[in-house]
Amino acid sequence: MRGALWAFGLLVLLFLLLPILVVIPLSFSSGSFLSYPLPGLSLRWYEAFFASDFWLPALRNSLVVGTVSAALATLFGVPAAFGLWQRNVPGRRLILAVILAPLAVPAIVVAVALLLAFGPRGLANSFTGLILAHAMLCVPFVVITVLASLARFDPVLLRAAASCGADPWTGFFRICLPRIMPGVAAGAVFAFATSLDETVVVLFLAGPAQRTLPRQMFAGLNDEISLAIMAAATLMVLLSTLLLGAVAWLRRPRR
Amino acid sequence: MDGPLLRFERVSKSYPAAARGAAHPAALAALDLDVARGELLTLLGPSGSGKTTTLMLLAGFETPDSGRILLEGRDIARLPAHKRGIGVVFQSYALFPHMTVAENVAFPLEARGVPKPERAARVARALEMVRLPGYGDRRPAQLSGGQQQRVALARAMVFEPPIVLLDEPLGALDKALREEMQHEIRTLHQRLGLTMLYVTHDQQEALTLSDRIAVLAGGELRQVAPPRTLYDEPADAFVAGFVGENNRLAARVSSVEGETAHCVLDGGGEMPARLAEPLRPGAPCLLMVRPERVRLDAAAGLPAQLTEALFQGDHVRLRLALPGGAEVIAKRPVGEAAMPGPGATAMLNWEAGDAWAFRAEDAAR
Repeated sequence: MRGALWAFGLLVLLFLLLPILVVIPLSFSSGSFLSYPLPGLSLRWYEAFFASDFWLPALRNSLVVGTVSAALATLFGVPAAFGLWQRNVPGRRLILAVILAPLAVPAIVVAVALLLAFGPRGLANSFTGLILAHAMLCVPFVVITVLASLARFDPVLLRAAASCGADPWTGFFRICLPRIMPGVAAGAVFAFATSLDETVVVLFLAGPAQRTLPRQMFAGLNDEISLAIMAAATLMVLLSTLLLGAVAWLRRPRR
Repeated sequence: MDGPLLRFERVSKSYPAAARGAAHPAALAALDLDVARGELLTLLGPSGSGKTTTLMLLAGFETPDSGRILLEGRDIARLPAHKRGIGVVFQSYALFPHMTVAENVAFPLEARGVPKPERAARVARALEMVRLPGYGDRRPAQLSGGQQQRVALARAMVFEPPIVLLDEPLGALDKALREEMQHEIRTLHQRLGLTMLYVTHDQQEALTLSDRIAVLAGGELRQVAPPRTLYDEPADAFVAGFVGENNRLAARVSSVEGETAHCVLDGGGEMPARLAEPLRPGAPCLLMVRPERVRLDAAAGLPAQLTEALFQGDHVRLRLALPGGAEVIAKRPVGEAAMPGPGATAMLNWEAGDAWAFRAEDAAR
C-alpha cells in the first residue's frame, strides 16, 4: 500500500514536471528541430537568443514591466494590508474581497475590460497601461504575503511606540515595517514573478514595442520554429524558480 | 503647582455589547480619581473591574465617552497617545525586538528630536538606574524576563514623563523575581520621586507597593485609601473580601450601640462588630473578620469545632465549624499555648473593633 502511494505520488510529480523537463534539454540541442533524440549538445540557441534583436528587447521589457509593476503593487499593497490588519475596519471582508478579485476573475475578462477601458484613453499599446494592469494583478499577492507577516506582528509594539511619543507614521516605519520587511520583500518578488509570467493581458494590451518574453514566445511560435524559443523558455523557468526560491527563503520561519 | 498631578473627572466608557468579549476591557462608570505628584497609586481589581480600561483611557489607546482627564491641569482625554507624554510599561514588555537595548531606550528621545550626543548620555543614565549598565548593545531576546522588564522601565522613564503607567508589569515573572522587581520599582519611585500609576489584580502586590490603592469592581471605584486603611477599614464588603483574607458570616442586626452593632449569626450566637455602613436593627448583614483577629482562648463567645489545623511555619491555620454549618478560618501564632487537635471544641471570639458589619446586599454586587 505504502509503495503504491509512493508510486502514485511520483507519477503526479512527473506529470507536473515533464513539460519543463522536456523543454530544458531541447534548448541545449545542437540541431534545429523540435525533436528527440538530440543530435548533440551545444549553446548555440543561447548565443542566438542573446544576439537577437527579436528576444533581447522582449527580455528587457519583461524586466522593466516586472520591476515597475512590482514596485507599484508593493506601494499599493502594503498600506492596504496594514489598513486591513487594524481592528474595527468597517466592511473588512468586502474590501479584502475586492482587493483579491483579480485572483478570481478570469484573465481574459480582465484583459478585455482593460482593453476597452484603456483604448480610448491612449493607454493601450503603452508601457504605462501595461504596467498599471500588471500592478493591479499583482496587488493581491503583496496583500496576502504582508497580511501573513502582520499576523505574527504584536500590535502592542505600536502602542509602545505611541507611548514613546512616536506618531503613527514613525511607528509604522520604525517599528512595524522592519518587522514585516521579509513579508514585504516576498510580496514584491511574488509580484515580479507574476508579472513576468503574465501572458493574456500582455496579448491584449501590448503593442509591438511592449512585447514581453512570453508574448514574444507566442509570436516566435507563429513566425518561425527556432529553438531559441526553448532557450527563452528555459531562461523563464530558471528565473521563476529563482524568484519562488527567494520568496520561500524570505518567508522562512525565524526563531 | 496646586491641585493633583492627574485627575479623572466623571470619566465614563462603555463598549457596545457586540464588541464585548472575554478579551475586551470592562466599562467604566463616572470615575473620579486624583493622583498626587510623586505618588505611587495602584488600581486594584479583578478582571473586568475597569482597571485596564482606566489605564487605556489615560495612555490614549481608548477615548472616554464622557468626562475629563486632567494632567497638570490640561484635559488630555481626546489627545492622541503619542502627544500625551506619558510613560507606559506593558505587561508583555513590548520591547522592539529589532533594536538593541540602547536603541529601545533611546527611541522616546529620538521621537522627541533630542540631539544624538545628549541621547547617548541619557540612555546610559537610564540603564544605570535600572541596574543594567553595559547592556546597551544586547538584543531584547538575549535578556531574561526580569531584565527585559527593567529595559521597559528605563524606556518609560528616560524622557522624564510626569507619570509612568505600569500595566501588570510583573505578571509574567516568577514569585522570587516578582518580589525583587517590586522592591526595585518601589526604590526607583522613591529615589526619583516618580509618579506612578500601577495596575494589578494581585492584592498582595498592591499592599506591598502602593502609597494608595484604588479598588475597582464592575467599572466602579469602591475605595481609595492607603494600604493600611484599606485593610483595616474597608469601605464595603467587596473591598473587605478582595483585599486580604476575610471570614464572611451571614447575620442579622439585633441592636445598635453607637459604632457597634450586635449581630445574631444565622447559625445562632450573638457577636459584636463595628458598623461599616448605617444599619438598622433587624437588617440582614454580613460580618467580616480577619483570620488573624479571631481568638480561640476566650472563655465566652461562639462554640466551634476544630476541623483542620495546618502548620504554615510562622503561623497555624485553623478551620473551625460553627453550629449552623458556617466555617471560620483563624490564624494563630505558632508559639501560642497548646492548640487543640482536630475534633476538639473551642470558644471562638473577637474584639468588637476587629469585625465589620456590612449591608448584606453589598456582597452580591
